[in-house]
Amino acid sequence: MTSPTSAPVLRQAPAGDGWQRFSPAQRLTRFLVYLAIVAAIVQSLRHVEVIPEFLYDAPEQMVDLVTRMWPVEWAAYGEHVHAPLVETLHIASLGTLLAIVLALPVGVLAAHNLVPSTPLNLFAKLILVSSRSVNSLVWALLFVGIFGPGALAGTLAIAFRSIGFVGKLVGEALEEAQPGPIEALKASGAPWVSVLAFGYWPQVKPAFWSIALFRWDINVRESAVLGLVGAGGIGMALDSALNLFQWDRVALILAAILAIVIAAELVVTQVRKRVI
Amino acid sequence: MLTLKQLNKSYVPGKPVLVDIDLAIEARGITAIIGASGTGKSTLIRCVNRLVDPTSGQILFDGVDLARLSGRALRHARRHIGMVFQEYNLVERLSVMENLLCGRLGFVSPWRAWRRSFPSDDVRQAHELLEVVGLAGFARQRADALSGGQRQRVGIARAVMQKPKLLLADEPTSSLDPKTSVEIMELLAGVGRERGIPVLVNMHDVDLAKRFADRVVGMAGGRIVFDGPPDGLDDAELTRIYGGQGWLQ
Repeated sequence: MTSPTSAPVLRQAPAGDGWQRFSPAQRLTRFLVYLAIVAAIVQSLRHVEVIPEFLYDAPEQMVDLVTRMWPVEWAAYGEHVHAPLVETLHIASLGTLLAIVLALPVGVLAAHNLVPSTPLNLFAKLILVSSRSVNSLVWALLFVGIFGPGALAGTLAIAFRSIGFVGKLVGEALEEAQPGPIEALKASGAPWVSVLAFGYWPQVKPAFWSIALFRWDINVRESAVLGLVGAGGIGMALDSALNLFQWDRVALILAAILAIVIAAELVVTQVRKRVI
Repeated sequence: MLTLKQLNKSYVPGKPVLVDIDLAIEARGITAIIGASGTGKSTLIRCVNRLVDPTSGQILFDGVDLARLSGRALRHARRHIGMVFQEYNLVERLSVMENLLCGRLGFVSPWRAWRRSFPSDDVRQAHELLEVVGLAGFARQRADALSGGQRQRVGIARAVMQKPKLLLADEPTSSLDPKTSVEIMELLAGVGRERGIPVLVNMHDVDLAKRFADRVVGMAGGRIVFDGPPDGLDDAELTRIYGGQGWLQ
């Protein structure tokens, strides 16, 4: 083993044969990608047609807005803000709950290791993508059209937007489950539902709670703007305050939204720490 | 008890892993399947309970051909065959007790199982088995808090919870150190002897096979090339099974 002949011989590169990070084809591709990015920026700027006058007096307008907002109309909280704020929380919570109930079966259907049928998996993924491809506000417009303005439309909008999110992540968590324990349960003759409950569920439980909490956190923020299209909650109060140029009340509502979002964030962090 | 007839398996057409396997497991005691890596030991043992589907042939278990079963009938047949795995395959986030009760899932309705309302007989048996495998007092521990040897003990207890008529063990000691390996084989042999359950075990450790097996089946190239008592395993036979000579020194 120690004889010099058996030692690996380094191939001597022919003289002048340098090393380059990219092949010519790669270099060309990279150049084209950069070119496309620059072209896209230039084209977008031309299309947006920024009006310089509006841009120049923006600082002035901003100062004007702030002075109108100050002092904040704190006194209006009890009468005009508290109830819609609580409604917003309810929309978010109920919507998230509904989304979880609807998303779990779809998530299971999307996981190939659980449902080994590609057509069914694709069908489930189609449902999930359609849910996500429509923005909450658009869902809200749809449901306001069906159920009329109010919290019900908001709740359904939140739920339908969240199905895609929750279902996709739960499906992926299921697909990442270790196959070993599943195999062991199948080998013992356990029925499918028991394999799901004892093999998969313990493995995806932490991911599931993390997903559910995260989505609730997002939904608190999203339900705050749903009122802009009439789907209930604090957004409706914001809309009417904006329309009536009650800037001091607008400031109050924005502060309330900020407070509730921070509170949701704190709750989620604390609960996650204890659950996971 | 178990008879394999003309069993064939190829994962890829034209590349057979098992070729015309004929094997009958009758009496109690340990039957060890030995052979080099990749000779189809694991495939053979997984064919028995259909974790792997054979390409052709019969798997007669208590007079029923398992190769023809599917769905509920296959599940019911599997309840009578316990299996121990190389990587233990415990549900890590469940407690030791829950892992043992997993062995009863085939007999308990999913709803009762989900509510953890297992028959009291099952719970009593689980406590007894924990004592047998030397893990009394571990019932509430989570499985991921155990060492490798302890996990395999839970794996054996889980398989015995099924009250099986046959125990399969797929390389049960390959992830364990030599001392623990001997302890686990002693446990497996003891459980099989006391409860009258025949044990079919895969292993690559010849010494361990010689020490514990009542019968040794040697495989090479997907075929059975040796079948007899461990005393019959001389250097010539081992060369037939594993090929080469150098490793015997």
